[in-house]
Amino acid sequence: MYKYDNYDQAIVDARVADFRDQVKRRIAGEITEDQFKPLRLMNGLYLQLHAYMLRVAIPYGTLDSTQMRMLAHIARKYDRDYGHFTTRQNIQYNWIKLEECADILEELATVEMHAIQTSGNCIRNISSDQYAGAAADEVVDPRPWAELLRQWSTFHPEFSYLPRKFKIAVIASSEDRAAMRLHDIGLELIRQDGELGARVFVGGGMGRTPMIAPEINPFVKADDLLSYLEACLRVYNRYGRRDNIYKARIKILIHEIGADEYRRQVAEEFAHVKTLGIDPPLAELERISAFFAPPAYDASDVEPDRSDPDFAVWLDQNVKPHKQAGYAIVNISLKPIGGIPGDATSAQIDVMADLAEKYSFDELRVTHAQNIVLPYVAKRDLYAVWQGLRDAELADANLDLISDIIACPGLDYCSLANARSIPVAQKIATRFADMDRQRDLGELKLKISGCINACGHHHAGHIGILGVDRKGVENYQLTFGGSGAEDVSIGKIIGPGFDEDGVVDAVEKATEVYKALRQGNERFIDTYRRVGMNPFKEAIYG
Amino acid sequence: MKLLTGNELRSGAVTWWTGNGWSIHVEDAADVGEHGEAILHAEEGARRVNAPYIIDALPTANGPRPAHIKDRIRALGPTVRADFSLKPADPAAGDWII
Repeated sequence: MYKYDNYDQAIVDARVADFRDQVKRRIAGEITEDQFKPLRLMNGLYLQLHAYMLRVAIPYGTLDSTQMRMLAHIARKYDRDYGHFTTRQNIQYNWIKLEECADILEELATVEMHAIQTSGNCIRNISSDQYAGAAADEVVDPRPWAELLRQWSTFHPEFSYLPRKFKIAVIASSEDRAAMRLHDIGLELIRQDGELGARVFVGGGMGRTPMIAPEINPFVKADDLLSYLEACLRVYNRYGRRDNIYKARIKILIHEIGADEYRRQVAEEFAHVKTLGIDPPLAELERISAFFAPPAYDASDVEPDRSDPDFAVWLDQNVKPHKQAGYAIVNISLKPIGGIPGDATSAQIDVMADLAEKYSFDELRVTHAQNIVLPYVAKRDLYAVWQGLRDAELADANLDLISDIIACPGLDYCSLANARSIPVAQKIATRFADMDRQRDLGELKLKISGCINACGHHHAGHIGILGVDRKGVENYQLTFGGSGAEDVSIGKIIGPGFDEDGVVDAVEKATEVYKALRQGNERFIDTYRRVGMNPFKEAIYG
Repeated sequence: MKLLTGNELRSGAVTWWTGNGWSIHVEDAADVGEHGEAILHAEEGARRVNAPYIIDALPTANGPRPAHIKDRIRALGPTVRADFSLKPADPAAGDWII
């Protein structure tokens, strides 16, 4: 894992001191809320329905056990004993007091964490593949590149006041586990004739106008990548629609001028930027990459004993192949039946930290699906890890099944939401609580957003649910056919919306249609794509 | 009826204008009638409330009930964590929201 140098630590510490002073002046009345709001947002502090909410950055979803324990400590000391892991690989605390916020940031800084650029119209936390460094199918470990982008984008003077927020994802596998093409910029690291570079996709996103990012450049050499991204951002910064918040994202700019024109302008800008010498020297890349060297693997390739049936089910569902013989990738579900997707108590966060320290070379990942990953677990240790998770009620074997639901906080917490998301997720998970039934349905990605901003990624759900406000009453629209993976697609609304119980019934009817029509090993989305919407509509609306 | 609500500056807790101060209990909220804007500006300026706004509500025997579900959730707490609501010992309290 990357470790701060003196410069990293100094800028984070300085920001804590700045924010402490800003809070002090706000409480003293020396600055107004209008003046203070952009300052607190730059430090990840929102005002939500019930309290202040603090969003803490977890760069590319990677953290060690010390950092994870700090997250538990913050939850225990300053919040209500839990945290909420988000779809951007961050963590949010829902019950923060303004006057304690600087203390929290100071404690986070002691373990190289912060909340910088987790809000505001700037480049947000760089997201990546949660299996980075462990995936058998990766071309290269994407984390050094994600870290390079973190350093480039942190306090970037030109990009601190963009037309709108800006999200970048980096992957290095043909299998997309990071919804890469639904980001403002998506990078897929590839090799071309042995040379490392990136496919660059620009202009994707969800929200009220979902778009799949078009490929702007099929291969940018690694040596040119920062300059090329600088050019991409400069064109956006210059021409993005600052006059209309609903048209301010880069996806709208590219849609309006066309991918070809945007590509041309970026090429023109790149020719200039490249003369500025911002791409790092090889020595700096090597310095960063050294932090992500493979751990000291030492386990022999022995298969675990599957005689415990519950363990065997978990093994089949939540444990994924590793690139290193003798090791496996463990997914920890934060989706217990009837629970709140992405929530974990302080005690559970501590347990995950302990297991990472003991069994996963001290490393954890947060996934955009609001789960946690132990990326380097020896197969010989899988049973012990499972036992530890089971004892902490963290052993739900439902990865990628219908109860592994992405859900935003919704109207229970969020000031932007129009409808509650969590109760719908809870009811659906409870309806499908039977594990045999879930496993029979197979991979089925269900995602719920409580408003059109789509933090719950409903556009990318095989089944998506969007909560809307119908004259003060919650109503839920259903979409089918979305995907955030390498087969990326935007879901389509199937018809009129439902009330809370009605949408649960509709989801169940859709699964019955799937079971009746599926062929071979088709997933729900495969069957939907083959047969179209009509059979589902007929079953749901009669 | 019209209610004035906002969040406490320091804690961020939901708060309601009672006519002569602020309360975390919506039952204590007073009808501000046509005076909401004036009270809002005065209280915000004095930093006794943050992000205040005026809402519609219905008078009931148990006190005002905000017209919109969002404000009823603000008034009681998240529906998915009864233990965090203002009435954690009352399992039926959430019915008031819906």
